[in-house]
Amino acid sequence: MKSNFKVFLKGIIDVSPLMIPVVPFGLIFGVLAIDIGFTPIETMAMSLIIFGGASQIVLLQLFSGGASSLVIISSVGAVNSRHLLYGAVVSEHLSDLKLIWKIIISYFLIDQAFAISNEYLKKNKDNNRYFHLVGGGATCWVIWQSTTFLGIILGAAIPEKLGLSFAVPLTFLALLVNDFRKFINVIVIIISGLVATFGYNYIPFKAYVIVAAFAGLFTAMILTTKNKRI
Amino acid sequence: MSNWALILYCGLITYLTRFSMIALIKKEMFNDRIRQILSFVPSAIFPAIIFPAIFINDKGLFEIDDNPKILAAIIAMVIGIFSRSIIATIFSGLASYWFLIFVV
Repeated sequence: MKSNFKVFLKGIIDVSPLMIPVVPFGLIFGVLAIDIGFTPIETMAMSLIIFGGASQIVLLQLFSGGASSLVIISSVGAVNSRHLLYGAVVSEHLSDLKLIWKIIISYFLIDQAFAISNEYLKKNKDNNRYFHLVGGGATCWVIWQSTTFLGIILGAAIPEKLGLSFAVPLTFLALLVNDFRKFINVIVIIISGLVATFGYNYIPFKAYVIVAAFAGLFTAMILTTKNKRI
Repeated sequence: MSNWALILYCGLITYLTRFSMIALIKKEMFNDRIRQILSFVPSAIFPAIIFPAIFINDKGLFEIDDNPKILAAIIAMVIGIFSRSIIATIFSGLASYWFLIFVV
């Protein structure tokens, strides 16, 4: 069994490529929040307390559009409901841990760390395998906080024209490279993508993410009933 | 509601979505069929983030003509399929996007 520190380090190394697009994302968030009228302290608190790129951007978008607090909070909840599925997937590996570890790891259960550690957790059966998730999550945390801070300071010095927001969908695209080769996965990807795109304006409270996710999972369920093993 | 209360509530709801399943689900509840379905979670969620970000513009409108993100995403996908590399996928996508908006 590898030492806890080595597994933690492996998490850091594995998640690093995914941190490249997080840098512009964090910068953009910092710039936008100040632009919309949040104070630097409030902006920093958002990254520390919420620690979720998608949630924070949704908060800003709706806040600047004048939405009520209730709409903002329920939309953030809907965007985040995908974490319920991440939690369900990793819970199998965290089941035996003490409550305090579950509390700590939950804070770090973000998209990038989930995507990377999900693969690792499936392949490794060591008792300390969860340190991988902590390593990946902690790396994202450091990058997210420091780029938020930089965004607050640099502000308008960052050119919007670079289209850095495109880096976000690219990250998630990169996370699917292995799934593009599997037939059922491709169908699931297309179904989920279409539901999200066409539901974007019609499904209230930004719940299109979770609606699309369930449409995708339902498709997977149907397509896998005949051949139980892929 | 003050900004601070809003931030705290949003933080709380975000945390609860992460914590609830980890706290509630026990190892014994898993079987091969559930594992098989859950293995599709990335394929089911990530496109819901990718597609709107590519096809829907800042104003919430569907945009398919004159949208360099579509071609850049396709190039990134092809590079990704052949290279199986996360870094190569991200860089080829960004490079082709910049090429399309600045050069072409």
